[in-house]
Amino acid sequence: MIEVKNLHKSFGDAHVLKGITTTFEKGKTNLIIGQSGSGKTVFIKCLLGLFVPDEGIISYDGKIYSELTSRERRDLRQEMGMVFQGSALFDSMTVEGNVMFPLDMFTKQSKSEMLDRVNFVLKRVNLEDANQKYPSELSGGMQKRVAIARAIVMNPKYLFCDEPNSGLDPKTAILIDNLIQEITQEYDITTVINSHDMNSVMEIGEKIIFLKDGIKEWEGSNKEIFKTDNAAVTNFVYSSELFKKVRQMYIEERN
Amino acid sequence: MVREVFKKPTKWPIMKSLILKEIDELIYGSMGIIIFISFFIGGVVAIQTALNISNPLIPRNLIGFATRQSVILEFAPTFTSIIMAGKVGSYITSSIGTMRVTEQIDALEVMGVNSLNYLVFPKIIAMFMYPFAVAIAMYVGIFGGWIAGVFGGFSSSADFVEGLQLDFIPFHVTYSFIKSVVFAFVIATIPSYHGYYMKGGALEVGKASTTAFVWTSVVIIILNYVLTQLLLG
Repeated sequence: MIEVKNLHKSFGDAHVLKGITTTFEKGKTNLIIGQSGSGKTVFIKCLLGLFVPDEGIISYDGKIYSELTSRERRDLRQEMGMVFQGSALFDSMTVEGNVMFPLDMFTKQSKSEMLDRVNFVLKRVNLEDANQKYPSELSGGMQKRVAIARAIVMNPKYLFCDEPNSGLDPKTAILIDNLIQEITQEYDITTVINSHDMNSVMEIGEKIIFLKDGIKEWEGSNKEIFKTDNAAVTNFVYSSELFKKVRQMYIEERN
Repeated sequence: MVREVFKKPTKWPIMKSLILKEIDELIYGSMGIIIFISFFIGGVVAIQTALNISNPLIPRNLIGFATRQSVILEFAPTFTSIIMAGKVGSYITSSIGTMRVTEQIDALEVMGVNSLNYLVFPKIIAMFMYPFAVAIAMYVGIFGGWIAGVFGGFSSSADFVEGLQLDFIPFHVTYSFIKSVVFAFVIATIPSYHGYYMKGGALEVGKASTTAFVWTSVVIIILNYVLTQLLLG
């Protein structure tokens, strides 16, 4: 579980995060949603330790990040997996090299043990027979799956995904969403997903945090988001005509 | 940045392979251009020296002497370093800058890898092989001078070789190697800095490479002056 208390972050005069307090639960897919520029990426980068908050506390299963020594922080980071928006695969390495990289860096496993683990996670993300391919030879969806495989290869306790289905077709996006949710439940991971994709919200949003101008405007589940009367949330969720019709049908059904 | 580069080192077996890869990319991969330029620069120095000797009292062995001094003292260590700042420096900036733009550096940091150590340290160590490249540049430059001098009809081989051996001060070679070690450090670190701390997209990667080349060249030229004053002045 990740607990965030009164998180503030500024860049010069721009106050990006304004006192966010929330909890990301274990074994659940926690979604951070909001418009572009609402502070989602800055928030997730604070959770990853890539940005140092100006104020506030982030604790990982009771361990307060700002109170950890640099060695403890390094150990904690090895318990985190991250799927970047653009996958961030190492261009110079094959799929196998990319997935094996964390094992090679931080474990003392033999080459065959590492290969077994790599093949296992690649099979888990339905990506067999691509071991010797380079990232440039893969489609966007395949790159995302390699990124997920690399993120889970060390059995992380925390999985972060920054817009995992951006740039993907709707069918592949749903596959990626479902894969993340399955992995979260299977390995009992605390997963935090940064998204503005409404399909993801509906499919896997077990807990949703809505950010607006750096403030936590609303939180709840994918079932609750359709019932909320919060104007900012409804404006965001029902920005497309399709979802407006869905809401209309829901209201008519309720009445 | 330099302090971070030496903190929290990467596992030695991985670092060893990274260093060997960088030696291949940065040093071995530059040998072609270094040999090509050195050969012709040595030749041009020999020809220009020969063409500027109008007084019959000046011995013809001056061609070999001037070629040796010019190549060993300046052309091999300094001129080659400027070329390397362009070739190797822009490669370092663009490769690290692209990793920054595509979030590969963030990926390393999230995993708990000291990205500066992982990316920059192997380049610094690999560049310590640079004096070997400078030694080859010296040899090829003088050989180029001999070819141009002898086959161009400006000097006999005996005169040229006599000039090469005339008043030879071994410390000049040491001075040249000291300079090349310092320049190697500059060529590895300044472009790395510009790549690592760049912000923006693909266009900024190109701009960062240009800026890195300019600053590396400026620092090399200033250090060349300072080191010459300190070591030979």
